[in-house]
Amino acid sequence: MEFRTWSSPHLPVNDSVAAMMRLVLLALLPGTACFFWLFGWGVLFNLLIAGVTAVVAEAIMLMLRKRAVTTTLLDGSALLAGCLLALALPPLAPWWIPVIGSLFAIVIAKQLYGGLGYNPFNPAMAGYVVLLISFPLEMTLWPAAGNHPDLAATFTLVFSGSLQNDLPLDAVTMATPMDAVRMQLGLGELLTGLKEGPLFGLVGGAGWEWVNLWFLAGGLWMLKMRVIQWRIPVSMLAGLALVALVFHLYDPDTYASPQFHLFSGAAMLGAFFIATDPVSASTTPVGRLWYGFGIGVLTWVIRTWGGYPDGVAFAVLLMNLAAPTLDFYTRTRVFGQQDR
Amino acid sequence: MRSSKVPEGKPSQAAPLPGDFTRLYRFNGGLRLAEHRAVSLEHPIRFAGVPKQLVLPLQQHIGAPAECLVRSGEHVLAGDLLADPVGRVSAPVHAPASGTVVAIEARPVPHPSGLPATCIVIDTDGENATGPALAPVDYRNTDPVELCERIRQAGIVGLGGAGFPTRVKLNRRHDIELLVINGAECEPWISCDQGLMTERAADVIAGIRILQHILQPQQCVLAIEDNMPSAGHALRTALADAGDAGITLVEVPAVYPTGGERQLIRVLTGREVPSQGLPADIGIICQNVGTAAAIHHAVNTGQPLLSRIVTVTGDGVHSPGNLEVLIGTPISDVVAAAGGYTDNVERLLIGGPMMGYAVHSDAVPVIKTTNCILAVSAQTMPLPPPAQPCIRCGKCTEACPADLLPQQLYWYARSGNYDAAQDFGLFDCIECGCCAYVCPSHIPLVQYYRHAKTAIWTQEKQKQAADIARGRHEARLERLARIKQERQARLAKRKRAVTGEGDGDDPRKAAIQAALERVRQKKAQAEYTPANIDNLTDEQRRKIEAVDRRRDADNGRKAGED
Repeated sequence: MEFRTWSSPHLPVNDSVAAMMRLVLLALLPGTACFFWLFGWGVLFNLLIAGVTAVVAEAIMLMLRKRAVTTTLLDGSALLAGCLLALALPPLAPWWIPVIGSLFAIVIAKQLYGGLGYNPFNPAMAGYVVLLISFPLEMTLWPAAGNHPDLAATFTLVFSGSLQNDLPLDAVTMATPMDAVRMQLGLGELLTGLKEGPLFGLVGGAGWEWVNLWFLAGGLWMLKMRVIQWRIPVSMLAGLALVALVFHLYDPDTYASPQFHLFSGAAMLGAFFIATDPVSASTTPVGRLWYGFGIGVLTWVIRTWGGYPDGVAFAVLLMNLAAPTLDFYTRTRVFGQQDR
Repeated sequence: MRSSKVPEGKPSQAAPLPGDFTRLYRFNGGLRLAEHRAVSLEHPIRFAGVPKQLVLPLQQHIGAPAECLVRSGEHVLAGDLLADPVGRVSAPVHAPASGTVVAIEARPVPHPSGLPATCIVIDTDGENATGPALAPVDYRNTDPVELCERIRQAGIVGLGGAGFPTRVKLNRRHDIELLVINGAECEPWISCDQGLMTERAADVIAGIRILQHILQPQQCVLAIEDNMPSAGHALRTALADAGDAGITLVEVPAVYPTGGERQLIRVLTGREVPSQGLPADIGIICQNVGTAAAIHHAVNTGQPLLSRIVTVTGDGVHSPGNLEVLIGTPISDVVAAAGGYTDNVERLLIGGPMMGYAVHSDAVPVIKTTNCILAVSAQTMPLPPPAQPCIRCGKCTEACPADLLPQQLYWYARSGNYDAAQDFGLFDCIECGCCAYVCPSHIPLVQYYRHAKTAIWTQEKQKQAADIARGRHEARLERLARIKQERQARLAKRKRAVTGEGDGDDPRKAAIQAALERVRQKKAQAEYTPANIDNLTDEQRRKIEAVDRRRDADNGRKAGED
């Protein structure tokens, strides 16, 4: 009898990139739901616009590059990048903000570098940073947590750029806790006084602590499902908390507490969903510890001394730059070889 | 004596051996795979029968192929020597059954390449007449060197799958601390060692005692997996019957690839066999349980290696099981003895699903290293989906029992950067397939590594050939020059002899010669054109000196760094 042959191992595959991406998208759900609950319809508009733009841009780029369109689209990586970008955007931003961000993320940061597996920078964060630098005003359009405009008002705002009755935008937007901390400290106020204000919740920014908690839950679930590995999120949160703790102990009036940093802004989303993007991260076990730690420390530095509302995106991109070097210097000791 | 805790991932060659092996170590990664062994262990070991024709490759082991001693048409008896080993690393081949040698020719053999190799083909006569057997030996009163010779004569090679001639592995060494008998069958589906240990535990123990006598190890451990209760029970009974044999039975976790020699040694002792080294380098020798049983037969009953136990299993055969198969039996006959193929059979593997290789045809014979024949449907082992780009997720690194960075190796192997691949430990890869199994992008990683290894070997061979050719060419030029010189010298001598001139003793002649030489030198000097460093201006000279000083300083600094 004749048989077909191919190379070992022969066991059926039990995992796929598409399955991993699906699990990541699923794990985003609780945090996204909480985000939507607090910040309203704008979150959904952002997700919808960024997600669709990302998938369409990916399809067009794949066609131009003469690659298999359907199988690649089905891996879900473009949709995931669009969603991650959307979750970083202010919910009341005009419609073209997610469009431009998504286009930059997919077309330039991802496909022009060769597509999935070849991009040196996290596409979603590259897109986000481009928006942050180019459209600083639009990137501040956050509603107050738990007090957002209704569907019709949000729709008008997102697609026409103004509110009904010609109300000023200030009527619905509010500084995020992170911005507030930066501004007030800049004005010489003390943190202890700020903490009494309505922007603060139990440990972090009001509302934000719940968003972070649910993203943390999704992240832990991904760990359990072995979609991600513990090293990057743990070391990033440890780095952020450690440096925050040191400075907080040194001067609690000027430097926010570690729990504020861990449960405000994009800390948990960044630690479990963004920094863990394997393509642009370090890939050796020890390298990943340094990579995460670096993101944590840089996030704190940018939040504390930088000029932007949150530091996660810049920290991730900076550590993306360092990943090849980290990989080079943190190789594993091969079985049976002496320490190198 | 208990060993101190060995930190994970650190080399621990200096760790003392544990006395009782109650503390086990672990290696990085590995996989817990579904066993699929119950199906082949349902029935006791059966004899597969004598096939009409036996096909015996001259090379069934690692090393040089054996040299054929018989001619076509010759009648042979079971146990007759058919081929003699050539050189140190080689093994003889015996006739497993009586019959007539009908051909010595290239036939398809079980090898991943699918290339044919020289085989002795015997048409069996069905009489099963046995030739003059070797005399049984009382190993206790026999010199280890003689026992080793008997093991060589019996054609025993490592039956775990590698097929390294056992005699060579047993080369008398005085520094063996630990003898490891490997009963950890790591791959799914394969159960031949488990069947052997369950049903013929006494043979295994008897073989181990001979190995102990030869090697005189300080300790001996028999390792089985913790999911083999029946084998454990049988071995414990056999050990009790054998009295105090100094053999410790250890159950190791059934994590693939614990059955690999290096991984098993790590699990038992915490020591790591050096990269590119042998277990003997750290005072350990590892032998498979099947090899131990074969040694028992060779020494205690004088029977050479004529058959082995083969697991025939998978949903592609009607009645899976462990079969005692004569070496050289075509796989088609073995499958027929296991009830034949089912209708949905699609693939035929030799070995297990992780490291085994698929063969085109079932005409290839069972050889000494064939531990498993796996016939499966397309549902059980479907074609892998097309590979996608590597996303550097690192699952392969987590799974790699050799602590490699498989995805880095993949980049280097794929881009043909073989120096970097070697630097990243390409040759420490044991091709266990864990990385490819966990890869979410379905990249056939092992195939890339095999390709890179083969390419490197080819390059090295070509380089060696080129070196030899260059050496020959240089030697030839030298020889030609020497011959020319010698001829000239001879001619000059003859000329001198003819003209009757002396050898320059004449002072007048010497003076003339010297004067002529002076003239010639003067003439040469006159023709000498000055190089561009002569006639330099002071400015240029200073510049050159500065450059020289800087270069000297630079060299000095570099030397300091070194």
